[in-house]
Amino acid sequence: MNINNNNNIGYKTYLAVWCCLMILTAATVMAAGMGFGRYGSLASVLIASAKAGLILLFFMHLKYETFVFKLMLLAAILTMAVIIGLTFFDVGFRDGGR
Amino acid sequence: MNKEHSLNKKTDYTGSKQGMWMFLFTELLLFTGMFLLYSVFRSRYQQEFHAASSELSRTIGTLNTVILLTSSLTMALSVNAIRKDKNKISLIFQGLTVFFGLFFLANKFFEWSAKIHHGIYPNSPGLLAHGKGETMFYGLYYLMTGIHGLHVLAGIVLLLIMMVLTKKGSLNSDSFVRLENSGLYWHLVDVIWVYLFPVFYLIS
Amino acid sequence: MTGAQREMSFYESGNGHTGILSWVLSTDHKRIGLLYLFSMFSFFFVAVILGLLMRLELIAPGPSIMTAESYNAMFTVHGVIMIFLFIIPGIPAGLGNFMLPLQIGARDMAFPRINLMSWWFYMTGAIVIIVSLFTGGGPPDTGWTFYVPYSIRTGTNVTLAVFGVFLLGISSTLTGLNLVTTIHRLRAPGLKWFRMPLFVWSLYATGWVQILATPVLGITLLLLMMERLFGFGFFDPARGGDPLLFEHLFWIYSHPAVYIMILPAMGIVTEIIPVFARRTIFGYKAIAFSSLSIASVGYLVWGHHMFTSGMSDISRVIFSFLTFIVAVPSGIKVFNWIASMYKGSIKLSSPLLFTVSFIFLFSLGGLTGLIIGALATNIFVHGTYFIVAHFHYMMFGGTAFAFFAGIHYWFPKIFGKMYREKPAITSCIVLFAGFNVLYFPMFILGLEGMPRRYYDYLPRFHTGHLISTVGSWILAAGLMIMFYNLIRSIFIGEVAGSNPWGGSTLEWTTSSPPPHENFTEIPVVTEGPYRFRK
Repeated sequence: MNINNNNNIGYKTYLAVWCCLMILTAATVMAAGMGFGRYGSLASVLIASAKAGLILLFFMHLKYETFVFKLMLLAAILTMAVIIGLTFFDVGFRDGGR
Repeated sequence: MNKEHSLNKKTDYTGSKQGMWMFLFTELLLFTGMFLLYSVFRSRYQQEFHAASSELSRTIGTLNTVILLTSSLTMALSVNAIRKDKNKISLIFQGLTVFFGLFFLANKFFEWSAKIHHGIYPNSPGLLAHGKGETMFYGLYYLMTGIHGLHVLAGIVLLLIMMVLTKKGSLNSDSFVRLENSGLYWHLVDVIWVYLFPVFYLIS
Repeated sequence: MTGAQREMSFYESGNGHTGILSWVLSTDHKRIGLLYLFSMFSFFFVAVILGLLMRLELIAPGPSIMTAESYNAMFTVHGVIMIFLFIIPGIPAGLGNFMLPLQIGARDMAFPRINLMSWWFYMTGAIVIIVSLFTGGGPPDTGWTFYVPYSIRTGTNVTLAVFGVFLLGISSTLTGLNLVTTIHRLRAPGLKWFRMPLFVWSLYATGWVQILATPVLGITLLLLMMERLFGFGFFDPARGGDPLLFEHLFWIYSHPAVYIMILPAMGIVTEIIPVFARRTIFGYKAIAFSSLSIASVGYLVWGHHMFTSGMSDISRVIFSFLTFIVAVPSGIKVFNWIASMYKGSIKLSSPLLFTVSFIFLFSLGGLTGLIIGALATNIFVHGTYFIVAHFHYMMFGGTAFAFFAGIHYWFPKIFGKMYREKPAITSCIVLFAGFNVLYFPMFILGLEGMPRRYYDYLPRFHTGHLISTVGSWILAAGLMIMFYNLIRSIFIGEVAGSNPWGGSTLEWTTSSPPPHENFTEIPVVTEGPYRFRK
């Protein structure tokens, strides 16, 4: 039975994840205040992705799911990346890249 | 792996979860369309987005982030509790999650009404006077936080139903996949907010 | 197999309801599949009549039977119905719903109630669209693509029609979710991935496209509605917006959507050929993987619908190149089908005749697709009848012919009766002839410069239009023969027996029509599909 294979995650793990999320939130707010310019938006996206990763892996139990689930999520994320990426070949280069 | 399990029983635990994950993918792709618009307009109007962003309240944004992340914690704990046969504790955590969700929406409501009070809303003369970049920024702001807010509302309704089911005892340590799926939905709405927060409130 | 111990079929065994309620409240995948088939073909006929009226209008230059405004409304409604109400739900929700659990040895779909809900979304969407025709500012006149800025400015009832399509999108997503989960979770013992029938593989690929593409249509239509209601200005350059983004978003869905239409059609063809050539399929894995690769590469090519829209040069070159890549897996399939028939003992029954027609028409549609996928030639024929001819060869000549093939192939399984073979063959020949007379002249008209969606034309295009209109009558005659033959046979056809074609996939091991939960005992699978005894 795989129905109870991941009930060994304790309150402690969840609390630790929550603490990390809080720290990362503080970090992203502070980084935005310091005005890193272009690198600032990169940093905020990276921090957001770290937070999203924590939520997905622990709160949503993705870490304990089978490989199929991870593969499917990967397919969805790739689709999202392709959609936005290919559009930028248009909007990024239109009228000589205005 | 559990062929017998999935073929003969009425409910298929892994199957239900897989169905839920795939539903979440559709939500992700729905938001991808909006993030596409956002990234195009942001790359086109960098200065204006920066100026418009600094007029949003960072305090409320951060507060709402903390609220939603905490609600995710209580959500995860409620699933954890019901698994260990502690239905009462699970019920309390579900209640807390609903409370945080309402708190988030209340903040959002005050934030929106303040902006609308200042004449900043889609198609308003006040907003159009601010120029193209800010029109796009606030259009996206209302669109994306609005649709996200509707998702929070849907999550709250879903959790209220789960609370009734937990109380009745139809959710228990043998059958909790509906609560777990509601949790997955709630966490995904949280993940989306994790991205909405920096892209609207923290443009530096 | 046709012995006296025949079980009660799913038509006879009740489900707690009687009469019409036993259908519209049923969670049995077979009943839902039939609900879909029945409602889809009803809408199909409405759209066929609209198409015939449009052709009649174009029989001669100048006004013939309708005004220009009603012509605009007609091609819009014809497109919306054919695309969103017939051909997208078509094979996956109709035949797929009915056949998938039977082919993988399951008792039902993974989520029977969601399955029923999806049909209700479909019907609600359809009703909303029908209401939109008769209320507000009248039927939408934007074309099925709802391009901005016209769709935002027109006074016709676009908002409501778009909302209807949005509901249909939800229905399609739920179907896809159900298909994929069912294939993952409910395969019979021993039915490994590479033992699955290839129709199941094609449904799997289709399901994923439905899940990952349809939400983008959802948000596009939602944005259009909000634009009309609140005026955000996302697509209005005067307010900082960009109308091309609408086209991007629309085609990000609508290009993968053509694979929702064609993939399951290819699956049906792959089922039929081995049975009527009495040979195992050539290149099983190549066909399975080509379904998956068509589904994934299909996401990369939407820009080829926008070559003349004013998007950047570099993206036009990239999209054109990627378009040529999609042709590769489709080509693999065509060659595999031909190779499977080679040296087989072919029996040209009606399902195979439809299938062979499919291969011919699909190849013609596919090859002309390369002409318009190439950037340089596209500029020349963009927005002409050449495009209209191309996609009718793909959608009607491709998908609909395969759909008809599938209906003839599985008819004895679904109804337990056999249709008459001669009228079936006749109808296929008449349909094939009518189809080519109707659409082939459009290729030539397009090359000569006849623009699509025009109400009127120059006298020099008259001959082509006249031939085409005559073709539409032949096509209509073919449809009438086919449906008369099928509907008559439901009631007074001969009893078919459980395996009239000698098929080797699991659906032929149960009785016709199948019992309520498909199998008395879940079968155990020990080998791949399409093994025939000599």
